[in-house]
Amino acid sequence: MARNVTKNRKLAMTVLAWAIGILIFFPILWTILTSFKTEAEAIASPPSFLFFDWTLDNYREVQERSNYFRHFSNSVIISLGSTILGLAIAIPAAWSMAFVPGRRTKDVLMWMLSTKMLPPVGVLIPIYLIFRDTGLLDTLTGLTIVLMLINLPIIIWMLFTYFREIPGEILEAARMDGAGLKAEIIHVLTPMAVPGIASTLLLNIILAWNEAFWTLNLTAAKAAPLTAFIASYSSPEGLFYAKLSAASTMAIAPILILGWFSQKQLVRGLTFGAVK
Amino acid sequence: MKYPALLVAATSTLALAAAAHAETITIATVNNGDMIRMQKLTDGFTKDNPDIDLEWVTLEENVLRQRVTTDIATKGGQYDVMTIGNYEVPIWAKQDWLMPLDDMPEGYDADDILPAIRSALTVDGKLYAAPFYGESAMVMYRTDLAEKAGVTIPAQPTWTDIMNAAKAMTDKSGEIYGICLRGKPGWGENMAFLTAMANSYGASWFDKDWKAQFDSPEWKAAFNDYLTMMNEYGPPGSSSNGFNENLSLFQQGKCGMWIDATVAASFVTDPDDSTVADSVGFAQFPNKEGVDNHGNWLWSWNLAVPTSTDSPEAAKKFIAWATSKGYTELVAEKEGWRAAPPGTRTSLYENPEYQKAAPFAEMTLNSMNAATPDKPSVKDVPYTGGQFVAIPEFQGIGTGVGQMFSAALAGQVNADQALQNAQQLTTREMTKAGYIK
Amino acid sequence: MATAHSRSAARIMISPAVILLLGWMLIPLSMTLYFSFLRYNLLMPGTHDWAGFLNYRFFLTDPAFFAALKNTLILVGGVLAITIVGGVLLAILLDQPMWGQGIVRILVIAPFFVMPTVGALVWKNMFMNPVNGLFASLAKGIGMQPFDFLGEAPLASIILMVAWQWLPFATLILLTALQSLDSDQLEAAEMDGAGPLSRFFHIMLPHLARAITVVVLIQTIFLLSVFAEILVTTNGGPGYATTNITYLVYAQSLLQFDVGGGSAGGIVAVILANIVAIFLMRMIGKNLDI
Repeated sequence: MARNVTKNRKLAMTVLAWAIGILIFFPILWTILTSFKTEAEAIASPPSFLFFDWTLDNYREVQERSNYFRHFSNSVIISLGSTILGLAIAIPAAWSMAFVPGRRTKDVLMWMLSTKMLPPVGVLIPIYLIFRDTGLLDTLTGLTIVLMLINLPIIIWMLFTYFREIPGEILEAARMDGAGLKAEIIHVLTPMAVPGIASTLLLNIILAWNEAFWTLNLTAAKAAPLTAFIASYSSPEGLFYAKLSAASTMAIAPILILGWFSQKQLVRGLTFGAVK
Repeated sequence: MKYPALLVAATSTLALAAAAHAETITIATVNNGDMIRMQKLTDGFTKDNPDIDLEWVTLEENVLRQRVTTDIATKGGQYDVMTIGNYEVPIWAKQDWLMPLDDMPEGYDADDILPAIRSALTVDGKLYAAPFYGESAMVMYRTDLAEKAGVTIPAQPTWTDIMNAAKAMTDKSGEIYGICLRGKPGWGENMAFLTAMANSYGASWFDKDWKAQFDSPEWKAAFNDYLTMMNEYGPPGSSSNGFNENLSLFQQGKCGMWIDATVAASFVTDPDDSTVADSVGFAQFPNKEGVDNHGNWLWSWNLAVPTSTDSPEAAKKFIAWATSKGYTELVAEKEGWRAAPPGTRTSLYENPEYQKAAPFAEMTLNSMNAATPDKPSVKDVPYTGGQFVAIPEFQGIGTGVGQMFSAALAGQVNADQALQNAQQLTTREMTKAGYIK
Repeated sequence: MATAHSRSAARIMISPAVILLLGWMLIPLSMTLYFSFLRYNLLMPGTHDWAGFLNYRFFLTDPAFFAALKNTLILVGGVLAITIVGGVLLAILLDQPMWGQGIVRILVIAPFFVMPTVGALVWKNMFMNPVNGLFASLAKGIGMQPFDFLGEAPLASIILMVAWQWLPFATLILLTALQSLDSDQLEAAEMDGAGPLSRFFHIMLPHLARAITVVVLIQTIFLLSVFAEILVTTNGGPGYATTNITYLVYAQSLLQFDVGGGSAGGIVAVILANIVAIFLMRMIGKNLDI
């Protein structure tokens, strides 16, 4: 009897959770499906769900019009580059805040986070002028630096909260053994911090990949990533749902796949100190 | 083993040599159909100019405008060829931001450019941009629906004719809307239409002292009629419909009439994209009874070279190619005459093949010739420009006013309130900009 | 515990981050501050007269400013409410035993990976469009008039789009927190005869307080600067219905190219963001002992 109840309950939960999951995922699914339709079928009413003539024409058309692979590789370079650069700067900072906290640590951390609240539009013109004068406009270097800077506070904070969960006794034990600061970081802390670092890395790749203000405003042709690619499909003449869907699928697929494959790693460190 | 290595070495030397020679020009353009076609046809250019590489930045209109303006005003130098409207050309030319195009190659035949367009792009006797395509506005309507509803639309309709036809053609349960008009806020979207409509009602944006005129009876009449048409006979969601949205509605056969840019004619008569291709009729932009003004809509998308470019010669070469008679012929050869970029050259309209292929040719030319952007309103005004006011501040003001009007269309405020808000906003901005002392 | 040696080492290790962020903040900000006192329109170069507080006066008396302030608060508050309530419920659901939990979790977190621009374009065109959208098709299918989402409920539509993007994030963090809850505690409460509701309010919710705080903090940071979704769907309209502060500053500086006015707006936005920041930090400080 009791067993039956739990089984029924499990069944009900499964149905409910799947229904909600599919509902939340549906816009993405619909976009992917539409990308294989013709323009006429894309707006057909009532819409056809699976039984239509599947076509790859939209992808062909998009590929013909834009250099997808360059946009794609630019996106990869800037999101990876900015994240790695950011980690290189953030790891020492977060380490020192977590293990050698001072009186001002909390203020410094909060100040760092508050820089993320500044509206980027407010400083676009100054940044544009600085980039022009330093020759950074439309360069991958320039974009990498900007994306690194805007995500740095999040990186530091995420690492900080993760590092804090590493028990201090381990460090003391290492110190007792006479390990130097360097050895302490390399041999004791780093292995423990890897999950947190991996998770931070993933989250920031996602954030950098999807950043659409600076990437669009500081590039022209050479450094333009996928956000610029999508901007040329946003509202062209005539029917465009199918082409928009194809371009959208191409823009989000890489990060979606990365996210799915690494979701375990992502979730492990994505606590921001929420769990004690 | 040796050969591949040799091959690699040889190709890389070649590549290096080519790289040393090749000049790359970056072209910023709008994602409109004609420009996308140009991008596809550029083999014709690169074949003859192997030393010039083309990089394309194709963006949606508003994004493009913001990007190129930021770049040119800060002398960023990211683009070598910019696609800009006839609104920008004179303003930018006066700032010395554009290179004059008075040394076009032989055979370019600048005298062939339609006079209205040419004068819009000329500052102090020099041409500062080459027109890629040009447009005025006109009425496009479904001949089959008009017949079914028992209405005729004269070649020079009045707004009363339009209103009656819209009413007769509307069949909401059959998803046929009598009239589709722009409602999406923006100086180049709903305000282009509304300014032209107001012009045809005898209204104007400003009086001689740059005082906003939204409190005038003419604006009130025009705006109320616009709201009536849209609310009674327009499609749902019209407050977010711009040119592109209406085009797609018309192509799907959901609009009885559509008053918009003449360039749309070649899209709505294209049997590949349009379900109503063989039943489209054309008429001139309406006027109000007793007011001799058809709105004066005149727009062209033009290619220009910013002074901040590093490769002026290559950029000019490209522009000369893309706006030449030869390019028109190339399009005609590849996609048929109907697809030729309209509204820039007299020779196109004299071409019998074009006249045959494009039923809208005559009406387009008439509309363009009828536009007098030097005198937009029947009133005495201190500005020029047809569906816009040719001052730098207009983009911001026009878009702000466009928001007010689209709020009225969405039903958030009533017509009077919207006009009052527009009046207030315009007065504020003009005061801030120093026009009103 | 910390020695003087490790203290100075710590200072050296933190300084690159601090210096970079300080530079990133101060250099453009001081330029913006300077521009905000000028009559500086990009389209009219050469005329950079001192304008005093003119730009501020115009920005602060702009009817759009109060509308934008209100919209910003509604937008942030609305999205936070939806994502937290939805996130808690979804986290509890996902924590139940079920078949295919891994796949459901993958489905639920997917929107977080979608570019905001893409998400908004898809919602606007393929779902909310009153003529060709899927919602319109559904409405027609059951014999109802299609609803014009972006015309009649613009801000609510934007909130829906943004909430869709952030719901996964809230759910993930809340789920992790929920999983750390000691199940003995719940069982003990059940033994004592506590109903599901009382268990939720007395055990789960207090346990989730920290996680909720974190979600509020992180999301607020991103929600204050929501921009792409508005740009590609409503352009801030109709009227000012969906103009938030970020969009208003954008309209000033990049639609009107009024750098002076836009800069003044930017400075105002920075001040407002700081007020929110202080408020938030207080809250965090209480709930999150760092």
